[in-house]
Amino acid sequence: MILILLIAILLLGGIFAAISARWSTQLPRWISLAAIAVDLLLSARLWAGRSLNASKAWYDEVDWNWVPNFGIHFHLAVDGLSFLMLILTLFLGIVAVLCSWTEIREKIGFFHLNLMWVLAGILSVFLAMDLFLFYFAWELMLIPMYFLIVIWGHERRVYAGTKFFLFTQCSGLLMLIAILALYFLHHQATGVYTFEYSELLGTTLGSGAELAIMLGFFVAFAVKLPVVPLHTWLPDAHTEAPTAGSVILAGLLLKTGGYGLLRFVIPLFPHAAHQFTPVALVLAVIGIIYGAVMAFSQTDLKRLVAYTSVSHLGFVLLGIFSWNALALQGAIMTMICHGLSTGALFVLVGGLQERMHTRDLNHMGGLWAVMPRLSASALFFCLASLGLPGLGDFVGEFLVLLGSYKVSVALTVFATFGILASTFYALRMMQRAFFGPNTNSWRLPDLTLREGLIMAVMILGLLWLGFHPQPVLNTFAPAMDNLQREIQMAPVALRRQP
Amino acid sequence: MNATDALALLPLFLVAGTAVVVMLGIAVKRSHELTVGLTLTGLAASFLSVCAVARLVPRQVTSLLLIDRYALFYLGLIIASAATVAVLSHQYFAKHDGQREELYLLLVLATLGCGVLVTSVHFVSFLLGLEVLSVSLYGMVAYFKGRGQGLEAGIKYLILASASAAFLLFGMALIYAETGTMAFSSIQNLSLDRSNLALLLPGIALTVTGIGFKLGVVPFHLWTPDVYQGAPAPVSAFVATTSKTALVALLLRFLAAGTQQSKAMFILFSVIAVASMFAGNLLALRQNNVKRILAYSSIAHFGYILVAFLAGTTMAAGAVAFYLVAYTVTILAAFGIVTVLSTSESDAADLEDYRGLFWRRPVLASIFTAVLLSLAGIPATMGFIGKFYILASGANASAWPLLIVLVLTSVIGLFYYLRIVVTLFSAVPERQSSMQRLQWGSAFVLGGLAVLLIWFGVYPAPLLNLIRATIGGLN
Repeated sequence: MILILLIAILLLGGIFAAISARWSTQLPRWISLAAIAVDLLLSARLWAGRSLNASKAWYDEVDWNWVPNFGIHFHLAVDGLSFLMLILTLFLGIVAVLCSWTEIREKIGFFHLNLMWVLAGILSVFLAMDLFLFYFAWELMLIPMYFLIVIWGHERRVYAGTKFFLFTQCSGLLMLIAILALYFLHHQATGVYTFEYSELLGTTLGSGAELAIMLGFFVAFAVKLPVVPLHTWLPDAHTEAPTAGSVILAGLLLKTGGYGLLRFVIPLFPHAAHQFTPVALVLAVIGIIYGAVMAFSQTDLKRLVAYTSVSHLGFVLLGIFSWNALALQGAIMTMICHGLSTGALFVLVGGLQERMHTRDLNHMGGLWAVMPRLSASALFFCLASLGLPGLGDFVGEFLVLLGSYKVSVALTVFATFGILASTFYALRMMQRAFFGPNTNSWRLPDLTLREGLIMAVMILGLLWLGFHPQPVLNTFAPAMDNLQREIQMAPVALRRQP
Repeated sequence: MNATDALALLPLFLVAGTAVVVMLGIAVKRSHELTVGLTLTGLAASFLSVCAVARLVPRQVTSLLLIDRYALFYLGLIIASAATVAVLSHQYFAKHDGQREELYLLLVLATLGCGVLVTSVHFVSFLLGLEVLSVSLYGMVAYFKGRGQGLEAGIKYLILASASAAFLLFGMALIYAETGTMAFSSIQNLSLDRSNLALLLPGIALTVTGIGFKLGVVPFHLWTPDVYQGAPAPVSAFVATTSKTALVALLLRFLAAGTQQSKAMFILFSVIAVASMFAGNLLALRQNNVKRILAYSSIAHFGYILVAFLAGTTMAAGAVAFYLVAYTVTILAAFGIVTVLSTSESDAADLEDYRGLFWRRPVLASIFTAVLLSLAGIPATMGFIGKFYILASGANASAWPLLIVLVLTSVIGLFYYLRIVVTLFSAVPERQSSMQRLQWGSAFVLGGLAVLLIWFGVYPAPLLNLIRATIGGLN
């Protein structure tokens, strides 16, 4: 039941926030914060109740008949992987509410309605264990996100929002066809019509069909992740979205792609995914280097941060398709740490934009003297982003590289160049924006208490993940053991050179 | 024909009786409210009788009409949508002077034509139903004599519909020449791949031309945008939903068994489906008139329906039925919004009329947004379940190329739906057009349609059960 409550509280919180905007501009914000806080408490209960039924695969689950004519169930369940994503969602949800506290001044009620509903959609994606329900949530989270971009975004918001929607919808429909193909093939094999994840797991498929269906899923997740030829929506959407939108896009929506690969592509289609490994690895490395190079050449600060996401999420793809424990652990660490570090960078850039009304690096410079606290936080997250040991991102990317080294030395070397390049873009950003002379004579207020609080929490989070990542890895362990079992079931040679 | 047969025809008798009563009513006292009241009462009685006769069926009444669960399902849908159109017309015509009452007479007659179409199993009843429908529609489309666009639309519809009726008659003649009977079952019993192809295939092709015209699928679609634009908004709603529903129901009955397995027919319908999906969605991209956008989108939607129809499995009939219900609800709500926003001078058709609507009338704009998302097939709306059902029946039949086309074109379609959504949510313009007062009748209808749209989009099981219980009998 807790799982239903988690989603319902967010949905209702959004509605109440929208209604309360009639009376006060502060009320929607507090209601949203309260709803997410209650959700966090409920997840803590979930975590506490977990040890009691350790024998079961799920911490908790809800399974209702939904559309019996098609064998569709309303099946939510949470395991270690989902739980990590759940916590990340709620945490970044709070950050998103806080960082739009002063930025959003118009249509506040409707803004919070969309914010809460996009969080609810993302939560459902992480919890859905019925493929129909998964697709339902997958599409549903787009609409509030679309509104966040086109109503509260920056100059080219309509273009960016529409592009984002079209890319995701097209790939999503391909996934729907793949889901349906799997559904009918499973019926052919077993005589049962079902969208249930656990029942579809062992479906025997012809190798051609398996590859085609796997590609249908892969494209949908690759658009979200993003994998390089399908990434073009990302810089636009991230740049034009309001700060909260960028935080959610980078921190959570991209993670749904990685989550989908881990949850669906690898376990459902182990053989096809194995066949596809060389392509995926090469795409991953291209993404890492391409993202870093593009980030280096941007002058729009937000666009720069957006391209770093392309680079970092390349490591996730690399880790997932390296097929070993180290790399998988690295992938999940990278997903979580990227959520924090890039989320924080977007909050900082949003703060800069709110103060300076520009995101252009050419108009900045010398800001350290003006806003020491903001600049120091920026330095911290830049260092996290370039992979400074002791911070979370380093752990993730290092583990991925260790794992991928076993698969392909050449690709690992190239991926390492990506880390090198990240040093360039991160330091360039610091140097251009915060150091040097203050040529434009900016006089700006430093971080407020609210912003400082966000930064402090995120800094602590990254330090904790950097020095003591074991709790995260332990939480992920059971889910990873299942993945490992799938990998062992697939007889294809692991050490294939692409 | 005995008493039970007559009882089985009760829904049609009641619709026909309503037409007579409305006509007499107008002769006695010309009153808008009275006419609407009579119309709605008659249609409601007919709708109830549909439920009442459900236990008498299936029953063949003469060789012309077959009343079965399939027919009753579509009869119910048609009567319900006609009643919705009547309520919307009341709001629409309330602000017009002149003789408004005859519209309801024509509306009831057109509904009768649709009713005959869905029950017909014979070319004679087919033609009778079609002509009753068409002749009423000429009058309804051109109801505003003073508006140039309305007259143009009416004449255009008249000429093209007459031409297509001629094609249809010729097709029937060819089929009759070959088979010697005019019952649909005669075609179903024939194998199409034998020597009789020379007359039969052109015959069927010409018949399909006649039906294709009414459905507005490519290449018979040229009238659609002009008629949708020129006709009064509630009449456009009727043309888009009720008349097309009846024709699809008839088409399924006509080709129920066997014919779509014929290779030639399969290719013919595939070409029509693919061309409709592409043309409808591409042509809508550059329109700035909401009624024209809806017209082009309806071309595309009937392309989608043909995909399910082509799949031809046991799922197909159910998929088509669900999609038609979803489409009817969605389009009625869409034209409902247009009706409510229209002024006595002109219909609210220009995209600019909708700019910033959400910040002025949030409820109407929210309903319109739900409608557009349903047309685009986004989850939590009926349109999504409908599209899912069509994709499922296509996947079941392994019609992958058609499904890929469906996906690509519906992404194109999403673009123009999103354009309208963006307009609804953009900043309110300086010059605001005066807002029409919402009558309680249309408020009730719009609210009801919106609830249906979301309710069956989230929990479609009851409607799916009803469809399985009724339509399932066809196969």
